[in-house]
Amino acid sequence: MAFTLYALIQAVILGVNAVAVLHEERFLSKFGWSVDQNVGGFGEEPGIKVQLISLARSVRTVMRVPLIAVNAVCIVLLLLFG
Amino acid sequence: MRMRNTSADSTDPSPLFEDTSGGQGATSYNRGHEKGPGGYPAQTLLSDPMSNLAMAYGSSLASQGKEMVDKNLDRFIPISRLKYYFAVDTIYVGKKLGLLVFPYMHENWEVSYQQDTPVAPRFDINAPDLYIPVMGFITYILVAGLALGTQNRFTPESLGMQASSALVWLIIEVLATLLSLYLVTVNTDLTTIDLVAFSGYKYVGMIVGVVAGLLFGRMGYYLTLLWCCVSIFVFMVSRWEHTHILRHARVKGTLTRNKNKVCFKFHKKLTYKQGRLFPPIKLLPDCFRV
Repeated sequence: MAFTLYALIQAVILGVNAVAVLHEERFLSKFGWSVDQNVGGFGEEPGIKVQLISLARSVRTVMRVPLIAVNAVCIVLLLLFG
Repeated sequence: MRMRNTSADSTDPSPLFEDTSGGQGATSYNRGHEKGPGGYPAQTLLSDPMSNLAMAYGSSLASQGKEMVDKNLDRFIPISRLKYYFAVDTIYVGKKLGLLVFPYMHENWEVSYQQDTPVAPRFDINAPDLYIPVMGFITYILVAGLALGTQNRFTPESLGMQASSALVWLIIEVLATLLSLYLVTVNTDLTTIDLVAFSGYKYVGMIVGVVAGLLFGRMGYYLTLLWCCVSIFVFMVSRWEHTHILRHARVKGTLTRNKNKVCFKFHKKLTYKQGRLFPPIKLLPDCFRV
């Protein structure tokens, strides 16, 4: 299994794009994976599902703008160099 | 500056530049200082006030740049913290290597603290260090190259391929461990560098496996690999059980200790399971290599 660093970067960009595309209201709430459907009680430790949802949410919030730039650069580079 | 270079080169047996210093040689810079056309250029360089100024300016610029680079680098990679991880000595390394291959007899896994910071690895065998992982990584690449060579599959590019492949697997493993730790909401004092250190310990087992495979053939390779897998597994679980993770985990459980076994009664089984899943997941990359 020969991985290069380039393959890792590609995988990371694709993965983050995938997480950014999941819209909470329109899509995830149909499966019961939105935050307002999974409000935990006070003092109770959050389960894995709530942690995953909040992780996806924070990734979306943080990476929305940088992803635009990174994707634009990727598109230009792929168009130029194939 | 240019004229000085050309005058220096005119003394070379094969001059690289044309000697154009003839018409410009009699300038105020060179007159008092140059000892003829064959003058030693370094002395003219140092004794010239203009070049003194230039050198002083250049060195101050360089030190400013170095300060800036250090300051910025320190924000991303804590250099002072890294020094702690490399404070090892030979006895520690020897004992740690023995512990990695045979952790079954070790009893006290606690990391001793010294006023809230862990003691340097030189003084405590249970403290994590970065020396063994770094050296193990490099040695693994070399041993993998050796193994490829015995199978006549060696090219210099394959060495770089192995190196980047191993690095990528390491990064993936550290990210997976970070993700699992986040999901299971344990409060630990493990930093990312600690996780890199723990993930790097597996290279020792891999090196032993590959060397055994070279010496004893296929059977030796698989047997040694199995032994090292189990050893690293026991090492990781004992280390985390007693010190960082499972002690801090917010679980409603009780800890009972029989003679040599530790059993947990958990209500939240996931933490325990996650703790047991880490080492086998870590060892998966071994099977895909060499």
